[in-house]
Amino acid sequence: MGNVSEPNGADAPISMPLGTDHAEIREAVQRVCRDFPGEYWRGLEEREEYPTDFVAALTENGFLSALIPEEYGGLGLPLRAAAVILEEIHAAGCNAAACHAQMYIMGTLLRHGSEAQKNAYLPGIASGELRLQAFGVTEPTTGSDTTQLRTRAVRDGDGYVVNGQKVWTSRAFQSDLMLLLARTTPLDQVTKRTEGLSTFLVDMREARGNGLEIRPLKAMINHNTTEVYFDNLRIPASALIGEEGKGFRYVLDGMNAERLLIASECIGDARWFTETSTRYANERTVFGRPIGQNQGVQFPIARAYAETRAADLLVRQGCALFDAGQPCGEAANMAKMLASEASWHAAEACLQTHGGFGFAREYDVERKWREARLYQVAPISTNLVLAHIAQHVLGMPRSY
Amino acid sequence: MKVLVPVKRVIDYNVKVRVKADSSGVDLANVKMSMNPFDEIAVEQAIRLKEAGQADEIVIVSIGVEKAQETIRTALAMGADRGILVKAVDNVETDVEPLAVAKILAKIVEEEGPGLVLCGKQAIDNDMNATGQMLAALLGWAQGTFASKLAIEGDHASVTREVDGGLQTIKVKMPAVVTVDLRLNEPRYASLPNIMKAKKKPLDVKTPEDYGVDVSPRLTVVSVKEPPARKAGVKVADVAELVDKLKNEAGVI
Repeated sequence: MGNVSEPNGADAPISMPLGTDHAEIREAVQRVCRDFPGEYWRGLEEREEYPTDFVAALTENGFLSALIPEEYGGLGLPLRAAAVILEEIHAAGCNAAACHAQMYIMGTLLRHGSEAQKNAYLPGIASGELRLQAFGVTEPTTGSDTTQLRTRAVRDGDGYVVNGQKVWTSRAFQSDLMLLLARTTPLDQVTKRTEGLSTFLVDMREARGNGLEIRPLKAMINHNTTEVYFDNLRIPASALIGEEGKGFRYVLDGMNAERLLIASECIGDARWFTETSTRYANERTVFGRPIGQNQGVQFPIARAYAETRAADLLVRQGCALFDAGQPCGEAANMAKMLASEASWHAAEACLQTHGGFGFAREYDVERKWREARLYQVAPISTNLVLAHIAQHVLGMPRSY
Repeated sequence: MKVLVPVKRVIDYNVKVRVKADSSGVDLANVKMSMNPFDEIAVEQAIRLKEAGQADEIVIVSIGVEKAQETIRTALAMGADRGILVKAVDNVETDVEPLAVAKILAKIVEEEGPGLVLCGKQAIDNDMNATGQMLAALLGWAQGTFASKLAIEGDHASVTREVDGGLQTIKVKMPAVVTVDLRLNEPRYASLPNIMKAKKKPLDVKTPEDYGVDVSPRLTVVSVKEPPARKAGVKVADVAELVDKLKNEAGVI
């Protein structure tokens, strides 16, 4: 879970931009996305393919290196700029899930890696030459209860030997490096269950076929997700990030950024749905008048729009807190929850407005609808957000 | 050689244009504005000349509202070197007419001394197709309009023009004004790193008074109307039916 924060987020006043902030970045993203219309995404789904060309276009245009500091070859932009990039991708009807992790997984390396590790990897990640977009955390038997994970890394001479299994590891086939969370000290030998976990940067190019196996996992949406098996995989000691046993904390502090970025994707999705719904409701004529003239059609669209605007304000607040270096856990979690619900309501309104045509693939509504549903489940489920608010923000007893 | 590229901020070509209720003009409130697409082609061509070692500096000029700065920044992000904004009007709905624009550009050309001015053939808002030609006349320079190909050969430029019925290639003496057409090139996108770098490139802000030019309009817009809606067509089963309809219904053959 994220950082504990004060009510209203912060002590010192901070400001946040309203309206079309980072207009030039939004415009640049829109231009790239124009080359990847709905038929591109429909074609990928049919072939269960990774959007290689789309990711290459984003990489070439520098978007994925937004958060990497300039000294390592990135652009050193604030989190809000990255949020705007992802929002625009989704508002254009595209999907950033194939590559958004390349933007933020490196945060753990950046904040906790050694200077040698940062110099070795960050410039390659910034140029796109090295892909760090797989994050091995979730396991078949331990979902949100992360500290119970069973994958073990055991010290052996000048390295570690890893055994275990990860699931829902997206983009493992499209990654050169994986950020791995594994237990280095058994649960019964630690005083706190959050201790004894360590974070590793695994070079998958060397590991595949030498103790690392990846299997595709077919799912409701084309997210290129996989299962990853570790069978006596040997990794060098230099793969360890920070101190052994403190990995859980290293992973946690990247999660607020992830939640705010995912929330931005939801805002973008909601914009796409509302624009698509409105256009169709104005054009489609039944019983001699546009269906948008009926309040039964109007109101769900209008309500979802209002919800989107409210969630957007919370996303902006969360980003402003993050960029000011202030605690943002409360805002990040609430923003993710509200944005994912707003986009889902906008999706439902869009599908219903389109009637039977909503189910026709060529309208892209059903695809976006399936994609939008994910965000109430991942990267954290709504119930766990509520539990966080109840326990850490409001001070009620731990419920799980 | 220095290349000067004037750019205009216009309603985005993807926006569905709406006429204001009082027929006084096009509704520009809260509408997306972008660089005139033909000007983008001119900027791209200037950058290609620089990449080929035939130009060493690209200066962008925009004449209009304060926000035209954004349009200049877009050109700087594509690869131009510096910009000059001439803040001529406060209201986005007041168009600066071609003659005023050409007069200001002529003064800037005198100051900057470029070897080539590359313009879009026309702006997609008013479709005047006049500024480049007027500028060439005011300067007494050669002009090559509607360029679909451009090659600089020493003190001459070879310009291939898209004219009715085909292509015409002419040789013009430099310095020259060249206005560019759609097929000259495909403009690049500005990458994110270049967008960030463009924010630090120099941009001077001037006024028409600095150049002693009066920009008050000479034209009065009487009314602006939407074109009549296109009627739905008909589908024909085969060529025979098409010929029959053209002959007997449309009476065109």
